[in-house]
Amino acid sequence: MSDGIGARVERKEDKRFITGKGKYTDDIRMDNQAYAAFVRCPVAHAKINGIDSSAAMAMEGVIAVHTGPEMKADEIGDIITGWSITSKDGSPMQCGVWNPMVTTYGRYVGDAVAVVVAETQDIARAAAEVVELDYEELPAVAAADVALTDGAPQVHENVPGNLIFNWEIGDEAKTEAAMAGAHHVTELDITNNRLAPNPMEPRSAVATYDEAEDHYTLYTTSQNPHVARLVLSAFYNVAPEHKLRVIAPDVGGGFGSKIYIYPEELTCLWASMKTGRSVKWTSDRSEAFMTDAHGRDHVTKAKMGFDADGNIVAFHVDTIANIGAYVSLFATATPTYLYGTLWSGTYAMPAIYGTVRAVHTNTVPVDAYRGAGRPEATYMIERMMETASREMGIHPAELRRRNFVKEFPYQTEVILQYDSGDYFKMLDEGEKAADVAGFAARKADSAARGKLRGLGYSTFVEACGIAPSAAVGSLGAAVGLWESCEVRVNPVGTVEVLTGSHSHGQGHETTFAQLVSDRFGIPIDNVQIVHGDTDKVQMGMGTYGSRSGPVGMSAVVKALDKVEEKAKKIAAHTLEASEDDIVIENGEVKVAGTDKKMGWHEVGLAAYIAHNLPEGMEPGLKETAFYDPLNFSFPSGALICEVEVDPDTGVTDIVKFTAVDDFGTIINPNIVEGQVHGGVTQGIGQAMLEQVVYDETGQLITGSYMDYCMPRADDVPSFTLDHTCTPSPLNPLGVKGCGEAGAIGAPPAVINAITDAIGSNDLQMPATPLAVWTALQANKTAMAAE
Amino acid sequence: MYDAKYHKPSSVADAVAALSGAEEGKVLSGGQTLIPTMKQHLAAPSDLVDVRGIDGMSGVTAADGTVTIGAATTHADVASNADVLAHLPGLACLAGGIGDPAVRAMGTIGGSVANNDPAADYPAAVLGLGATVVTDKREIAADDFFQGMFTTALDEGEIITAIRFPVAKKAGYAKLPNPASRYAIAGVFVADTGAGVRVAVTGAGEDGVHRNAALEAALGGDFSADAVEGVAANEDGMMADIHASAAYRAHVVNVLAKRAVQAS
Ligand SMILES: Cc1cc2nc3c(=O)[nH]c(=O)nc-3n(C[C@H](O)[C@H](O)[C@H](O)COP(=O)(O)OP(=O)(O)OC[C@H]3O[C@@H](n4cnc5c(N)ncnc54)[C@H](O)[C@@H]3O)c2cc1C
Repeated sequence: MSDGIGARVERKEDKRFITGKGKYTDDIRMDNQAYAAFVRCPVAHAKINGIDSSAAMAMEGVIAVHTGPEMKADEIGDIITGWSITSKDGSPMQCGVWNPMVTTYGRYVGDAVAVVVAETQDIARAAAEVVELDYEELPAVAAADVALTDGAPQVHENVPGNLIFNWEIGDEAKTEAAMAGAHHVTELDITNNRLAPNPMEPRSAVATYDEAEDHYTLYTTSQNPHVARLVLSAFYNVAPEHKLRVIAPDVGGGFGSKIYIYPEELTCLWASMKTGRSVKWTSDRSEAFMTDAHGRDHVTKAKMGFDADGNIVAFHVDTIANIGAYVSLFATATPTYLYGTLWSGTYAMPAIYGTVRAVHTNTVPVDAYRGAGRPEATYMIERMMETASREMGIHPAELRRRNFVKEFPYQTEVILQYDSGDYFKMLDEGEKAADVAGFAARKADSAARGKLRGLGYSTFVEACGIAPSAAVGSLGAAVGLWESCEVRVNPVGTVEVLTGSHSHGQGHETTFAQLVSDRFGIPIDNVQIVHGDTDKVQMGMGTYGSRSGPVGMSAVVKALDKVEEKAKKIAAHTLEASEDDIVIENGEVKVAGTDKKMGWHEVGLAAYIAHNLPEGMEPGLKETAFYDPLNFSFPSGALICEVEVDPDTGVTDIVKFTAVDDFGTIINPNIVEGQVHGGVTQGIGQAMLEQVVYDETGQLITGSYMDYCMPRADDVPSFTLDHTCTPSPLNPLGVKGCGEAGAIGAPPAVINAITDAIGSNDLQMPATPLAVWTALQANKTAMAAE
Repeated sequence: MYDAKYHKPSSVADAVAALSGAEEGKVLSGGQTLIPTMKQHLAAPSDLVDVRGIDGMSGVTAADGTVTIGAATTHADVASNADVLAHLPGLACLAGGIGDPAVRAMGTIGGSVANNDPAADYPAAVLGLGATVVTDKREIAADDFFQGMFTTALDEGEIITAIRFPVAKKAGYAKLPNPASRYAIAGVFVADTGAGVRVAVTGAGEDGVHRNAALEAALGGDFSADAVEGVAANEDGMMADIHASAAYRAHVVNVLAKRAVQAS
């Protein structure tokens, strides 16, 4: 069937998106709708002594002003974290309490202090500006390494020294011993720059309380509406689950930032009960910069030991991770189990050890952002490899090949077991596609024009498809991370797939339909994907960590298996054949080797008419499945970046970017390429353009696009993409996940290329013109001194 | 955004009247600076007086060694205007490098010059070419007009009607865009006017657009890229922010001066 697995079909959802007919949360209009605006803490750390809302309340159109203490009095719960981490000394992590609205202390610029509800958005915002805060400014700290120093300002009283946990992974003694015996040790200080997620659609919520039914409805920008409902019910005390419906309609990108259940959405629900009005809030871009969970923000000291042949003998990591003012939902898992477990990279490393200190600061919470932990690990490992190759005089591709994992499954020193891959093949293909052989000539040509050309490699493996529920439970997760699916065959043979995965740019309406098309031979136009509404879809865990393919689609396959089995029974009964002889092809259900057949739609009809079903069979054709993965999946790739640097200004051009990825089975190459384009672009953004900057007092300097540089189309080249394929042996489709790969693999390829061009390893992201020029000057000075 | 009363006069006199009659009136031209500022509640004028409908405020005329550009002429129109391309190609090139196509389709020269953003491009050309700013009541020489960041010689309610550029023998502009905003981290306009060399620098200085005496001296004797080679980078008065240090800006000003000469 042309719409099946592997078909390059166009995205079904694009018609509505491209023609402006998508329905996003801000498009929802309720009767009796009012608007919320938040009064926010203007400084990074303050004790709020009083809130005077009289001027706001006096404005025409203002309905109410509510504050944190009132919320507390109504027993609305504090914002939770979903993963507990144990420190290396065995003690549980310490974290500060996150009141949805400030009760006493504001701890970052933007911390919500009060909410204004008014007849229009303009009135609400104007009124929020005249709510007067009587506050006392307290010392603040924004940088994580500074927060750990003696005498640094304390973000929370109950977290001494701002240290949330000091976690370790690996074998310390073995690693120290191997490092001591190493022939060569490469050391690097590495900063992983802090990023703002910047989905195109800002966060939004419309909350309605129905007093007669004692029932709440929340439309919101969520990647996981069921999890939102669970948390809002079980922890935030809004209402029991059967009295709360959460709908995430079209969602315009998330990149992780819409996993979390933030104070604003919760406050809208509570305010709708307080005011008896539907309450809508839509973030503007300035609020998004201030209050959406940021990503990354690590400082690391790394050491890698090699033997005389260039084989890695030991890897040692010491990371400080900035968690921000409060511990967000996945904030503790991201710099630990999604980071430390990847430290082996694509290499067989016999000894690994490291620690991660997670730290409170007076900044917005940091949490999972496209890649979450894996970009930080990959960036560190791949910069170490490139630096080591230069120090030891071994070609960077050769050094990688010497150390690649050769046989699968491969048990790393840091918990994970890689299921499959062929790292040699992807690097070989990558070098061919990037025309590495022609690089020397291109470099000479650049030199003739006064430009510096550089080539940088990155090979990565990541862990997608989070994750076996029992395994994550044993590591501290509060929930299991399975997925669910219901497949409903209608009496006319069309199919509805209800999935707990959530699409906010991934194209599930197309790829999930392709699975059905592949199985029953019906066109994807006869398949409808239903998601994002807790009243329609059974419980599900949502979309993040590239899990919709490996976990969400596996649940679809399991449900399709059950439907197929029942359909075959019905057909066998109707066609008077043996069930084993029934085959389903091109929308027909046939008896193999005969001309006996019935249409797929006739099977559907038979199931519902139910006049002639096998003895004891229930009518209907609808099956549900829950799928709990057996392991993570392990996509990998080789990325090669070629840059040209203008030494006079430090301006860097990416002239060629090649990515050869192994995503296992590909359902739709078109969509996979789109995901790689977006991921690589965000990776280039991190490497060269993007950085959240707080000054030392905790004021946000990069609060708009005037200072925060988002990648634009002309910042990136046309990408050269290709794929290799080693299907995952551990899920029914052999898929591995592709959503984050580009953001994970690209940054080190870019920086390795720039450092190659400028002849200096001393460069941190983002490699702005200023940073590159400064590194060049330092290099000139160093060379002059020699 | 707060509500404001909108006026669209068809003459300068009506515009002046509308401004003087308003509690807090503001001229609206392309709106590319003013409207975002209003959306952020950083400005709340009671009245907006749109000058784009005023007869004679848009368009370009060239005569007697002078190119006159109406204040409400958009960046896109300046970039593609035949007279500008013929007589002052460096100015056309500057206009074509402002912002993005949407900004160029709306933003105007008068708005940019009146606003005098320290990182804006046009002030470099106005100062570099020694242009004259024509208002509803007088003519102001460029050297007197720009008075530091966001500060100009304009009086309250004074309206720029046109900018008059003398045609130079040679003129060119080079800009290093801020990667985020694409305004200038530094921009250098050089002109060999026939009566001397003028070099105006935008984006880089703590006090906004200014002339660079060392570069003018070096290029005055020899209007060539090589002449810039011996000029020492001068950090004095250079701005420092997260995008560029003072040392970097000082260095880049010299690099851009060379490139502007090469482009002229
Ligand atoms: C995304 C973006 C990118 C940009 N990039 C650049 C860039 O790279 N380089 C650059 O130079 N600029 C850039 N700009 C600014 C742009 O060029 C604006 O057009 C310009 O700054 C203001 O012109 P305007 O016509 O839009 O003026 P408006 O926004 O309408 O007005 C600006 C100010 O000038 C006053 N004013 C307007 N016209 C007159 C007049 N005739 N007489 C007296 N006062 C007047 C107004 O009252 C207001 O105070 C950018 C803007 C945006 C939005």
